[in-house]
Amino acid sequence: MTVETVVKQPEDALTRSEPTREGQFYRPNVDILENPDELQVLVDLPGSSTDAINVHFEDGTLTIHGRVPPRQTEDTPFLMQEYGVADFFRTFQVSEGIDAARISADYSDGVLRLRLPKAEAVKPRKIAVRGG
Amino acid sequence: MPTLRINSYPLQQLRSEMDRLFTDFLRELPGTRGGGFFAERTFPAVNLWENEGELYVEAELPGVKQDDLDISVVGNELTIKGERPNMEQEGLTFHRRERGTGAFTRVLRLPTDVDPTKVEASLRDGVLAIRLPKAEAAKARKIQIKAAVPKKV
Repeated sequence: MTVETVVKQPEDALTRSEPTREGQFYRPNVDILENPDELQVLVDLPGSSTDAINVHFEDGTLTIHGRVPPRQTEDTPFLMQEYGVADFFRTFQVSEGIDAARISADYSDGVLRLRLPKAEAVKPRKIAVRGG
Repeated sequence: MPTLRINSYPLQQLRSEMDRLFTDFLRELPGTRGGGFFAERTFPAVNLWENEGELYVEAELPGVKQDDLDISVVGNELTIKGERPNMEQEGLTFHRRERGTGAFTRVLRLPTDVDPTKVEASLRDGVLAIRLPKAEAAKARKIQIKAAVPKKV
């Protein structure tokens, strides 16, 4: 699935133009961290659930889609509305070589934590220098 | 990737009038640009709605656990206070940092008085939902209009 065909991504995750639920996504905030063994991606996906989240990794592209069931209806009489409730979607290019088979994900307290172990071949390795 | 522009935030005016707020949202890495939370930005964003007998407040607080959250009500002021812990560890470097961490406090002035003894709050999957039954005196009450008695002249 290519991003261009399906997704309309609002740049500002808090844009409050009234979203229709079809085709409107919010772009979740993320932290991307790295240690010598893996990349970690933390994604804020409040209001979703483990079976409503889809993580796809292919050719160095990481795609995250979190479905969020509506919590208020169209005719909820808002006195204040600072955010909307809709699905989350975001993609990343991951430059490191990743061992895709060992990617793991868990979701708790509204945060998706992904661990992407680096492929052995790209880990920094000390090269022994032999004397002449 | 564009950063969030505070002055284009559409409800800024309305919000400043409706609630007094104090936000202290610390960022652990000084000098890091990072999109997301800045000092002036209010956190959390809230939605507020009502029906005849209750007010409802909802906020998105991903990564905040129940133990790190404090909710209190005095009169018509609701205070949401808490902390999102820092995930920093030894040997970990940040490539991107958009999710703020640190302490936050938000005070909301509610449109009507509520009964603090009956307020219920739940936190699930990063969504905080608060139900605030209105104080009896604040509930709208129909006023009977008595027909005027014509004066004798």
